[in-house]
Amino acid sequence: MDRVLDLLHWVKWNVDGSLTFRRSCAHGVCGSDAMLINGANRLACKVLVRELGDQITVEPLRGLPVNKDLVVDMEPFFASYREVLPYLVNDDPAPDTERRQSQKERARFDDTTKCILCAACTTSCPVFWADEEYFGPAAIVNAHRFIFDSRDQGAAQRLTVLNDKEGVWRCRTTFNCTDACPRGIKVTQAIQEVKRALLFRKV
Amino acid sequence: MTAQQHTFDVVIVGAGGAGLRAALEASRRARTAVITKLYPTRSHTGAAQGGMCAALANVEEDNWEWHTFDTIKGGDYLVDQDAAEIMCREAIEAVYDLEHMGMPFNRTGDGRIDQRRFGGHTHHHGAGAVRRSCFAADRTGHMILQTLFQQNVKQGTVFFDEFYVLDLLLAGDRAAGVVAYELATGELHVFRAKSVVFCTGGYGKMFKITSNAHALTGDGPGVCYRRGVPMEDMEFFQFHPTGLYRLGVLLSEAARGEGGILRNADGEAFMERYAPTIKDLAPRDMVSRAIYSEIREGRGAGPDGDYVYLDVSHLDPGVIDAKLPDITEFARTYLGVEPKKEGVPIQPTAHYAMGGIPTDVDARVVADAANTVIGGLYAAGECACVSVHGANRLGTNSLLDIVVFGKRAGINAAEHAAGVGHVELPEDPAGAVTRMLEGLAGHAEGERAAAIRGDLQVSMDEKAGVYRTETLLKEMEVELASLRERYARVWVQDTSRGYNTDLLEAVELGFLLDLAETLVVSARTRTESRGGHFREDHPARDDKNWLKHSLARRTDSGVRLDYKPVTHDQVRADGEEVLAERGGPMSPANPPRGRQPLCRSRCGCDASTPRPRPSRGSRPTTSRPSPWTGCWTSCTG
Repeated sequence: MDRVLDLLHWVKWNVDGSLTFRRSCAHGVCGSDAMLINGANRLACKVLVRELGDQITVEPLRGLPVNKDLVVDMEPFFASYREVLPYLVNDDPAPDTERRQSQKERARFDDTTKCILCAACTTSCPVFWADEEYFGPAAIVNAHRFIFDSRDQGAAQRLTVLNDKEGVWRCRTTFNCTDACPRGIKVTQAIQEVKRALLFRKV
Repeated sequence: MTAQQHTFDVVIVGAGGAGLRAALEASRRARTAVITKLYPTRSHTGAAQGGMCAALANVEEDNWEWHTFDTIKGGDYLVDQDAAEIMCREAIEAVYDLEHMGMPFNRTGDGRIDQRRFGGHTHHHGAGAVRRSCFAADRTGHMILQTLFQQNVKQGTVFFDEFYVLDLLLAGDRAAGVVAYELATGELHVFRAKSVVFCTGGYGKMFKITSNAHALTGDGPGVCYRRGVPMEDMEFFQFHPTGLYRLGVLLSEAARGEGGILRNADGEAFMERYAPTIKDLAPRDMVSRAIYSEIREGRGAGPDGDYVYLDVSHLDPGVIDAKLPDITEFARTYLGVEPKKEGVPIQPTAHYAMGGIPTDVDARVVADAANTVIGGLYAAGECACVSVHGANRLGTNSLLDIVVFGKRAGINAAEHAAGVGHVELPEDPAGAVTRMLEGLAGHAEGERAAAIRGDLQVSMDEKAGVYRTETLLKEMEVELASLRERYARVWVQDTSRGYNTDLLEAVELGFLLDLAETLVVSARTRTESRGGHFREDHPARDDKNWLKHSLARRTDSGVRLDYKPVTHDQVRADGEEVLAERGGPMSPANPPRGRQPLCRSRCGCDASTPRPRPSRGSRPTTSRPSPWTGCWTSCTG
């Protein structure tokens, strides 16, 4: 039942203290320890050693500058995230109690609220590897989360950002992102929904 | 080592729920920096599942007085009642604040925030369970963390990510700033500030089996403790009964709420023996003790006989899929166990620190039993002890604590900063940190921090965990002394400047050792059992001698203990209302401390000054008036 993370810790604590990687929660919710494990982007705390065969290869995420061992520079990733206005935009005065939202409206964007910003999707995307200016799947997922939130008024602004040449149209629908997501988000589908919203300007 | 200098009005240390909530308030009022050793969204707030309680009364009758009562009772009467009242009253606004920020709460059929039941939350002072917990699927903490981070992005909050705060600078009786270590470069930074807010979370990593993240090493409390701030109620640590075997990952209480049963190696539903009426739904501390009793008496399962089973296999598979997705996923991923067919191995897991940096209800850190305020120093969240959790935290109240007191900390820190100037920094402000780091990195061989930490964790589980005795705690004290000696010779193998997490792990171990000592000494001295602190040799609660908060202070000769009274302005420990102390029955003319007049309906009753903003969501009771609310008994609005 040892995780790849336990293996990395074992090496760090008993063999080579300089081995460096990020980690915190160790059960798949904080998003610190995304890395390339036997060729696939995974969270080291969610993959068991016994599932991997005799040889295990761990590498830093692709497409982001490597700082040390498995630690990559996350700043380009968060910079794209910040550009898509990843927050609720609603300038109406807030009511005394909650803004109403039907269960159906709430369900519309449920899937993309699961994102933990681990970067597994973005760094599995061949378009992102080739073009670091591309926003990447994670940023689009976080735009989707608000574009389809009935309380939000910033969809037009966000869609304009994503209509950019480095926006959603770069997506080549390879589904790598969906495979990589440790939270099971249907990433490619979310990107398609944003494309459709752009085509029809309707959310 | 020369240090870079920065100057801010407010510096917030930590970017979990409390830190981010504080940052939203502080950064719109004052020049604010948030210093955090993790990227904000990695914080352990994100691991909370269940919900956040607030008496919105969206789905059934409820009010915040009942919530306050539950909090006080759940905390085994060690709760400061004025603080609990503030938390439960402000809970309602806190939930609406989050909703307005975009928090995706689950909804009722008519589009309001949905609410569900949670252990310990009742209506009419224990008469029955109430639907009070506001939630976002099974990831409420994740959504709170994301929402608060999003709002900080919107507001342009200044973050120093992957900076470790290793020292607090004080000038006389005021905070002057902090010293931080930049992970990427190994450089030191001095942050001069008028207000410093600690929001660094818990310190469960002093135990082996814990639901806490690797990062939860008590750096904030540790830094304060070394600078002379006492630690309050450290002996109170909550052990959650259902941690995944060996890993400690939390399986939500929902599993038992839906009908899950705990079984020993013989398949016996053993809780029937310990709590014949409520069985598996007994309070967390009681269930944890029962599990350990089974294990100690040889009825544990597995080759080492050291776990029991959480059995949900008799439940409808549809219910398991719909309502218990986490337990299914964790059991499958980590143990290869299929919960629909077999029991899931579990054991109690160190979960939550009730104790920490002592603060008042305005999140100001206090230095002694007389509640002397340290100017400009604030704390909120798990690292703080207000105390709203007393001896045992009620489920869901941790998420509430961080947003309510995080907000208060942010506002108060900014307002304090607006009224004062910067104080002079001490000479060579980074000197102490430089010497500490050089000392740790100064050994060319020896024992690694991981080995010492591992021994600390195993011993703390055995000697200062669910069951405690004078003998065990005394042994632990002796052992801590020897761990400390080993720590003085610790070997940091990594010699690089940048991203030296090997060095940081050694630093963190130092904080854990300090805090473990305060916990053990406080626990050995408290010769009673209350909430999360269970003494086998003193199994009863002793209100006569121990209805008081402990304060552990660092001295040259070890930990020195001091005590301060619990604020009881609502309910006595024997469950009776406090009447004589507050001069007669509670009424609009005689409100308890800090309370607004109670009439919310402007009906013309005696509450001469209607409160400016009625407590939203609370509804006057007509059927069975609250015994605390003089107004409500005469006014049903």
